[in-house]
Formats: sequence, structure tokens, C-alpha cells
Amino acid sequence: MSEAVIEEGTGELTGGVKRGGSAEARAVTRFGGMGDVVLKVLAWGTLLFLFLPIFVIIAFSFNDPAGKFNLKWQSFTFDNWADPFKYEQLNTAFLNSLEIALVSTLLSVVIGSFLAIALVRQRFLGRETLDTFLVLPLTVAEVVIGASLLTLFLDLGWNRGFWTIVLAHVAFQLSFVALTIRARVRGHDWTTEDAALDLGAGPVRTFTRVTLPLIFPGIVAAALLAFALSLDDFIITFFNAGSTLTYPLFVNAAVKNGLPPQVNVLATAILLGSLAVIGAGSLWARRRGDT
Amino acid sequence: MDPTLTDVVPDGRDVVTGADPKPPTIGIDHVTKAFKDFVAVDDAHFSIAQGEFFSMLGPSGCGKTTTLRMIAGFETPTTGSIRLDGKDVSRTPPHKRNVNTVFQHYALFPHMTVWDNVAFGPRSKKWAKAEIARKVDDVIGVVRMEEFAGRKPAQLSGGQQQRVALARALVNEPTALLLDEPLGALDLKLRQVMQFELKRIQREIGITFVYVTHDQEEALTMSDRIAVMNEGRVEQIGTPTEIYDSPVTVFVAGFIGQANLWPADVGSLNAGEAIATVMGSQVTAACRSTEVGVGAAVMMVRPERLSLSVQRPEGVSVVEGTVTDLTFQGPVVRVSLAGAGDVPVVAHLGPDAELPALRPGDRVWASWAPDAACVLPPAEIPVADDTSVEET
Repeated sequence: MSEAVIEEGTGELTGGVKRGGSAEARAVTRFGGMGDVVLKVLAWGTLLFLFLPIFVIIAFSFNDPAGKFNLKWQSFTFDNWADPFKYEQLNTAFLNSLEIALVSTLLSVVIGSFLAIALVRQRFLGRETLDTFLVLPLTVAEVVIGASLLTLFLDLGWNRGFWTIVLAHVAFQLSFVALTIRARVRGHDWTTEDAALDLGAGPVRTFTRVTLPLIFPGIVAAALLAFALSLDDFIITFFNAGSTLTYPLFVNAAVKNGLPPQVNVLATAILLGSLAVIGAGSLWARRRGDT
Repeated sequence: MDPTLTDVVPDGRDVVTGADPKPPTIGIDHVTKAFKDFVAVDDAHFSIAQGEFFSMLGPSGCGKTTTLRMIAGFETPTTGSIRLDGKDVSRTPPHKRNVNTVFQHYALFPHMTVWDNVAFGPRSKKWAKAEIARKVDDVIGVVRMEEFAGRKPAQLSGGQQQRVALARALVNEPTALLLDEPLGALDLKLRQVMQFELKRIQREIGITFVYVTHDQEEALTMSDRIAVMNEGRVEQIGTPTEIYDSPVTVFVAGFIGQANLWPADVGSLNAGEAIATVMGSQVTAACRSTEVGVGAAVMMVRPERLSLSVQRPEGVSVVEGTVTDLTFQGPVVRVSLAGAGDVPVVAHLGPDAELPALRPGDRVWASWAPDAACVLPPAEIPVADDTSVEET
């Protein structure tokens, strides 16, 4: 089928393909000259569309705004980077966000790992229902989840703040975490656990030396995802924060009464941190050599 | 026959000498395993001696793997008990039993190097560091994997993974090594190499091997003794020669090698010899089964034990048949006959047989030595089908 297309479309290239052209050569010739250009433009256009907001964030971290709002380009400066922690409130919000992300990620990853293992490996009442409904929280509008959690916390009479945010975050992180790790647990031949027991390792050693290392890449992926989700979240946090301020909440408030370029500096810092983590992750995966 | 191999009963007493020396390495004492309504193993009762290469052979679902898993500790007998070195371990978890398993798909730890895979057992048992290093190097040498000690399992071929699995299971110096269809995933050529290797290693270290397989040829080649299992029951236990030459049931005769199985009518039984009517002829046959009585039975003769002649030969064990098919099979020529009542008769004639120039339709006589035939308890005779035995 594809051979025929090549022959019709690009007469003079056919010979080259037949003599053993590489896969790329075939893919390029498949669309011919004009199609190739369109494809490239589309690809670069998509990338630009995807990353433009990020470029704006980075660029405006170097802006020297005229007033309280960092919304119009004025002139280039390193001042913002020299003094990233200029605003006490922003610092607190930023730290809150990091702490909440850290704590909620830890909680959701531990619970989610056991949930994923149980869903794949155990037979218990309601397992299939739970397995099916695991995606449910992803489909419900965040506003609804946020409002519902608020109702719950109000009814319980809990003071909203750090811990209610953490709980709310764990609630929506769990689905992502369990789904990610579940895929990893499913992909493995667990007779390795039998082998470990057979060789004299007790159940605890079997778990720490065999089960855990084998699902660890899944756990790392889930943790990164959960951390990012928590750091990002605005809507659910907004409902359950009380007077506690997180980074997204601060930005939301700041839009009304003054948006300093330090917001962009910290956002860029997060971006760089993420890149470092991703880089380290792929290096580590290459070193491991299995998966 | 070596009495220590065949005549040790599970309580450890030697039947022949009455002595009470070492208990058998493994004692399977009236073990039954049921999963809900399904009886996987039905009253298995045998023992395996120190240093023996013991195979459990049978089609899938016959209970051989379940029996192995009960010895390893992954399953608990519903009734009966498992003994290792005389000690009841029926309720002991796998990590506290001194037996090790080579799993069907090896179950190597993918995140560890070959060396770390092998060292996993000794490390779990908290041996001294120097001792671990010495022993691990040693065993990796036995399976000839020194060059690959630093590799991960994914970087090894199937045969190499097999060797690592073997080394990993041997390093703990178990009282018995349990092997669950260890060669099943390898291609024929490699399988033969590994069969040889397994035998070599077993001779070298001298520990008991319990080997599960559905491949009758493999079992015959490698084993000191074989337990043939079917639908949860142990049908026969014996040396490869005993199993092949003197099967005690129709199932065993049909499962191991190829067999002529004919309906027979036993007229008299005397001192292990039966006189029976087969296809209208009076013949004699050996009889080792206690379940054969006067009346309906099945007679078995291996195809290579039959000779064909155009003239009726001297002697009593002769049936007449019409040639239906001749097939050249390399080492032998396979001649199919239709005996009286269209009973199929198959003869394998070697290159030295004085084969008359036969053609389909010719009348010939098939004869055999009296000790080549045996009578078996009546059972449904499976439809002759060459592929069913080889494949499964």
C-alpha cells in the first residue's frame, strides 16, 4: 500500500527508496515536496503555540516594570533576579505551595502505591468497582470538587488552612498516582516475588528489595505528576484555603492590586527546577537500563 | 535396580533392609490438594531420595506443578503432609524451607545484575560478606557465566538467563532443587544443550533435583525416576526403563513414547504372565499390574518390538494384518496394518529388519517376543494420533 503511494507521488525518488532508503527517507517522500513543508510549519507552529506562554514568563522575569503591574515590556534588568524574595507575602505563599505540594505528594504516593498494588494483585470485595471508578475524580469539574470539599470541611467544623489544602490535594492526586502506578504494577511478572521468598527473603525484604524497586519508576513518575498538580492547583485550593495563601492564590490576588516581576522569577525558577528533575530522571533511567 | 531409589517408603524405613537410616530428602505423604471443587492433586504418596534426579511428568493440569509448589511452600496441602529431610514442613512458608526453585520463566530480578541476582539468596540468609562473594563466584563458575556477571538479565539470551536462574537457586545449597518446566521457553537445539548441562551440574553437586515437565522425551533422557501423573493422580513411578517397557496403565503406555494398544481378553494369569486373546489370536504377555484379572484388558506392544514376516513365524505371539500404509521416517520405516476387526497395528522397522517389499494390501504376520508385550487394566484406548504425544 505505502509502496504504491511512494511510486505514484515521487517518480524519481522511487529508485532510491527501493535500493533501501531509510525509514525517514520513506516518511519524507511519502508526502512529497509541498506536503513536507506544510508538515514542518505545522510542527513548529504547534511547538511555538505550546511554549509561547513559557517564553513570556521567562522574558517578563527580566522586565523592569513602570508601575506595580508587570504587564507591559519596558526595559531589560537583572534586578528582579538579584532580589527574588522582595515581597514577604509572595515568599510565604511560595513556601506554602512547596510545603503543601511536598506533604500531599508524600501522602498520595504512599497511599496510591498500596492502592495500585491492591487493585492489581489482590482480590477483595469492591475491587472492580474501585478499579473502574478510579478515573471518576478526573472527570468531575474541579469547581464541584472544591465546593463539595468546602461543604464537607464546614460541616465537620474544621478550620480551613494548610491541612485542609493538603487533604484536598491528596484527594485529587490519588487518582493520578494510583492510575500511573497501576500501569507499572500491571506490566510486571510478579513471580519475581515468589522467587525472592523462595530464596529465603521474608515478606518485608521481598517488598523492599523486589516489589518496591520494580515499581519505583512508576512511583517517581506519579510523584512528579502529583507534585506538579499540587503546585499548580488554584480552583480546589481557592475553596479550601481559608486565609492561607499559596503561590497561585497570591498571583490571583495580585492581578488586582499589583503584579511584581518576582512572580515570574519564581515561576522561572520552578521551571528550571523541573527541567533539572526531568534531566536527572532520564539520566537515571538510562543508567538503570531495564524498566 | 538400586533399592535405595525405589523402595524407600515415606516414613523413611528402607523396605528391603528394614534399616532406619536417613529419611528421604522429600516425602509426599498422602497429599491431596483441592481448589474449591477442583482436585489438583489426589492422594499423592511417594518419596524422593537424596541425590536423585526425579521427574514429574504429565499433560498440563495433571497436578505436577501444584505438587512442586507444595514442596516449595507456595501451596499448602489440603490433606496429607510434605516432609523435607524427615521434618513436616506442610505449614512452613517458602522462605523458611531449604529448597529452591528454578521458575518456568526464570523470574530473574530485572533490576539486578547477574551477580546480585545470585547473591540475593545468601544476602537474605545473612551470610558473611566474604563467604557470599566466594560462593557466588563459585556457582557462577559452575554454570559458566563468569563473563556475564555484571550484566542485567535483559542483556542475556534465554539460555543464559536459564543458567543464572539455576545458579541463583543453587547458591543457597538447598537440600533439593525444584525445576518447573525450566527448558520450556527454549528452542529445541538449546534445550538439548541445557538438558546435558543440567545433568552435568546435578552430577557435579550431587543434590536432589525434582523436575517438572510435560516432555516425555526429556523425562526419559534425564531422570533417575519418573512419576507419571494424570488428572491429579500419580499413575506410575519408576525408572525410565520401567516406565517405558512396563507401563502399568493405558495412560502411561500412551503418554510415553508410541504404543500399540489392543483390546485383549485375558484367559489365564500365572506368575506374571498372561495368556490372552488379541484380534482372535492366542498370545502371551507379561503382566505386572495387580489390577488385571481374567477378562477384558488392554495389551501393549511398542512398535519397534514388532517384526513383520510374510510367512507365519514360529511361536505363539503372532497376529495377522493387512498393510495399509508405509512411511519412511528416517531411522525407521513405519508400517501401519489393519488387524482383525480393523484394530490398528503399527510396526517400526529399523534398517536391519529384513523388510519384505511390502505394498498396501499385502497380508503379513506381526510377531513379538513374549516379554515385549504387557497386559494393562481395561481402559478407554486413546485414538492413535502421532502428533498428540509430541506436541501438547
